[in-house]
Amino acid sequence: MSNWIDIAALEDIPQLGARVIKTDTVDIAVFRTASDQVFALKDECPHRKGPLSQGIVHDTTVTCPLHNWKIDLASGQAKAPDEGCSRSYPVKIENGRVLLGLIGQEAAA
Amino acid sequence: MQKEKLVLIGNGMAGVRTLEELLKLAPEMYDVTVFGAEPHPNYNRIMLSPVLAGEKTVDDIVLNDRAWYADNGITLKTNAKIERIDRAGRKVISADGEETPYDRLLIATGSNPFIIPVPGHDKQGVIGFRDIADVETMLAASKNYKHAVVIGGGLLGLEAANGLIKNGMTVTVVHLLDTLMERQLDRPAAALLKASLEQRGMSFLMQAQTAEIIGGERVQGVKFADGSEIAADLVVMAVGIRPNMTLAQGSGIHCERGIVVNDTMQTFDPRVYAVGECVQHRGTCYGLVAPLFEQAKVAANHLAHLGIARYEGSVTSTKLKVTGIDLFSAGEFNETEGDETLVLQDPAAGVYKKLVLKDNRIKGAVMYGDTLDGTWYFQLLREGTDISAFRKTILFGQHDLGDAGHGDETRIAALSDDAEICGCNGVCKGDIVNAIVKKGLFTLEEVRAHTKASSSCGSCTGLVESILASTVGEGYSAAPSKKPMCACTEHSHDEIIAGIREHELKDMTAVRKFFEWKNTDGCASCRPALNYYLLANWPGEYQDDAQSRFINERAHGNIQKDGTYSVVPRMFGGLCTPADLRAIADACEKYDVPEMKVTGGQRIDLFGVKKEDLPAMWKDLTDAGLVSGHAYGKALRTVKTCAGKNWCRFGTQDSTGLGVKLEQMTWGSWMPHKFKLAVSGCPRNCAEATIKDFGVVCVDSGYELHIGGNGGIKVRVTDLLCKVETEEEVLEYCAAFTQKYREEARYLERTAPWVERVGLQYIKDAMFDETQRKALAERFRYSQQFAQIDPWKERADGAEAHEFRKIEISAA
Ligand code: SRM
Ligand SMILES: Cc1cc2nc3c(=O)[nH]c(=O)nc-3n(C[C@H](O)[C@H](O)[C@H](O)COP(=O)(O)OP(=O)(O)OC[C@H]3O[C@@H](n4cnc5c(N)ncnc54)[C@H](O)[C@@H]3O)c2cc1C
Ligand code: SF4
Ligand code: FES
Repeated sequence: MSNWIDIAALEDIPQLGARVIKTDTVDIAVFRTASDQVFALKDECPHRKGPLSQGIVHDTTVTCPLHNWKIDLASGQAKAPDEGCSRSYPVKIENGRVLLGLIGQEAAA
Repeated sequence: MQKEKLVLIGNGMAGVRTLEELLKLAPEMYDVTVFGAEPHPNYNRIMLSPVLAGEKTVDDIVLNDRAWYADNGITLKTNAKIERIDRAGRKVISADGEETPYDRLLIATGSNPFIIPVPGHDKQGVIGFRDIADVETMLAASKNYKHAVVIGGGLLGLEAANGLIKNGMTVTVVHLLDTLMERQLDRPAAALLKASLEQRGMSFLMQAQTAEIIGGERVQGVKFADGSEIAADLVVMAVGIRPNMTLAQGSGIHCERGIVVNDTMQTFDPRVYAVGECVQHRGTCYGLVAPLFEQAKVAANHLAHLGIARYEGSVTSTKLKVTGIDLFSAGEFNETEGDETLVLQDPAAGVYKKLVLKDNRIKGAVMYGDTLDGTWYFQLLREGTDISAFRKTILFGQHDLGDAGHGDETRIAALSDDAEICGCNGVCKGDIVNAIVKKGLFTLEEVRAHTKASSSCGSCTGLVESILASTVGEGYSAAPSKKPMCACTEHSHDEIIAGIREHELKDMTAVRKFFEWKNTDGCASCRPALNYYLLANWPGEYQDDAQSRFINERAHGNIQKDGTYSVVPRMFGGLCTPADLRAIADACEKYDVPEMKVTGGQRIDLFGVKKEDLPAMWKDLTDAGLVSGHAYGKALRTVKTCAGKNWCRFGTQDSTGLGVKLEQMTWGSWMPHKFKLAVSGCPRNCAEATIKDFGVVCVDSGYELHIGGNGGIKVRVTDLLCKVETEEEVLEYCAAFTQKYREEARYLERTAPWVERVGLQYIKDAMFDETQRKALAERFRYSQQFAQIDPWKERADGAEAHEFRKIEISAA
């Protein structure tokens, strides 16, 4: 079961940018696109763990700052020909607030 | 809604490439049906020569297997020749009478080998060299027969002859003229080629005109105009190709030597497009894949209703795919009135290079024996670079700007498969060759994407291009004649820079709209470039876009591999005080900096700082009077100095003081790429000023100014710009040169390649024209007003706070 946690106001995340959510176990990058969609991925590139939150966001993709892999924000999948996947988390916007869905474990551990 | 129907006639290289490009742009737009006369899916025709030579199999050269068509929802009909196009009824009719309707039609029927219509030309055993069936015929003949005659000593003929020899036949090449490959080679190179082919067992009959093919049902020999005869069980005619336009012509589409198309690849019937060897564009028919692929891109763009691309013709280059023979040719290599020729000949080593110049620009090149620099010359040719500055050494190759650390490895073919090519990503030659062959790659970009070779520092780009060239022959495209800025646009950097200025485009949305960008947000490669161009062109007006900057410039530190950052405070001219050092030491202790290092740029790097700590650490440093060193930016980096007149017994001027003044003038400025200065106090040059972007060497009578140096990936020694007498002049020249570079260079192009591209003379002309120089310097000083705001202090005072703070959550 997801457990929705209020993390920030939508305005706290820059458009075409990201913020890092530090939980007790992992860092999660929450991205905001030009059209105000939000996505959340583990802040770790499938290539060599580069912090995806620091990359350039374009459409629904982020380019990793370390070696330019392109990661799809919705699925966490690297775009071909690169292969790999970064874990994605549910997020939604309600009344201008961004809610992150954590499965019991991450939230509690 | 019903999709539009697109029919492709000709399942060959140009046609299917167009579909690939179209799928990238508009995957869902059409119902596509492809008709191919051959029984095979799309294969790499240029690899037929290696197949014949036994170096590859037919399976190796398939580019798109049947699954590819199925996966992309394309209907493929093989063994299906189209007999007629009914343009009024908008349908095509195949040999078996089947009718297929179209909304748009793409003709890519390639060409046919020209068969000389001498008596006997239709005997069994007389063929062209065009498709898999021809190769199969040749391979079968080599098992049962001995003597082969190849008519035509051009590229295709020689590749066929080489393959037949490899299959154990004795081969005679018959050529009408007295030199081989006359369309690609001049006499000396052709002579070298002939000698080395003879060594491999090829025989030649030069200046021989074929009169008749003799024999019964099957060929038994060839008879010449002078009455002589030779025996032959197999005759391969490789005397040229003819655009295959019968189908188009029969349906009333205007044809001349080929199907006539305009710059958007449209025939005279606007619903009908044509690409490939069957077309004639601006009077030219092409017979190599590189230009056809450019055509494919343009046709796809229009089929996708984007309507912005234009094909403007191509300059082509040639390589011969005979393993072990290195040959390159491009442009107009036979000099005419008013041209100049540079030649390097080393018969003992089997090396010959010739460049034909007009007004110090390369018009054509022929190389034999050592072709590593072919791609470089070809680039200079297409860019129209003025080569006067390095004319004296140009024939020795690009080695003074050569592949660092790869030294003499000019013969790419000689390298073993496990030779490491890309040092950054550990990619070996074998990996690259494999990827090219297995995945059917043709361009540098594709090789980069699939293997990562040359995708990091780029120093091995030349080697990777050579591997591409030697693996796929001249079909590879080094770089299209006009290189788009990135995948979001068809326009080049230069066009965009000009557009921003001429049309007063002042923000990114305006630029993307004006140039009809394909992706609304752009991508990670165009956004930083556009942000820079706008900043450089509209200082004081354009609002910098943080989200379009690479993270280093957004976080004002270099990101490290573990996600921490480094901090490098500026030390003007390399000078520092005990108080500066104390402040740095204190900050290091306070923020647990794991490592300090003196950099190659005469200052101190503090590694491993947590991002969250940056603003506080910067506050401590800026309170002590230190500012950002921009060690992370495409910006002014360092001004290196030596001890100079104040202390050194040889010093002629105050190099340290001048360095400080230069750094005070230039710090904070954003550049197309990083920019480094140095001032040495005498010609001993302890500050290494002659490998900097702008270097000053002090002499007794004044200051020598040097430009365009680089100490990095490709070491390049500066060019001497001029000598001046006063510090004021040094500052003015420096400001003017810097501004010229800022306004005109392409993003991520350092001064060294920029100076080589535009030519030293061009820069001298601008610098020595007093009005221009002063205006440039003035524009630089104006833009510095807005640039010299210390980004560290701003952030220490609270700007962009969100960039540095994580949001912490914890399960409650
Ligand atoms: C820190 C330093 C090494 C050192 O400890 O000495 C350094 C470190 C880096 N250099 Fe450098 N370079 C450093 C001096 C140099 C020098 C020597 C010099 O400036 O005198 C050169 C050769 C001179 C030149 O540039 O012409 C040099 C040529 C490069 C290059 C190749 C540039 C080229 O055009 O060929 C790169 C790659 C690039 O910029 O694309 C590079 C890139 C880098 C980067 C920024 C790699 C990156 O993108 O992350 C390194 C950052 C390390 C880090 O994590 O902080 N570094 N780098 C030096 C910082 C100088 C400073 O005080 O700012
Ligand atoms: C042996 C050999 C070596 C070569 N080496 C090189 C090289 O090293 N570098 C280089 O750049 N180029 C090379 N080329 C040339 C290169 O292969 C051609 O430029 C390229 O294949 C042309 O592409 P195309 O699509 O125009 O024609 P093709 O690839 O020939 O495709 C045309 C297709 O259309 C089919 N077709 C024709 N009429 C009909 C019809 N009415 N109905 C249905 N189908 C039809 C044909 O069967 C054919 O399959 C070489 C060519 C050969 C033969
Ligand atoms: S500091 Fe420079 S030379 Fe050293 S690893 Fe990094 S980029 Fe390479
Ligand atoms: S760590 Fe992300 S691309 Fe290498």
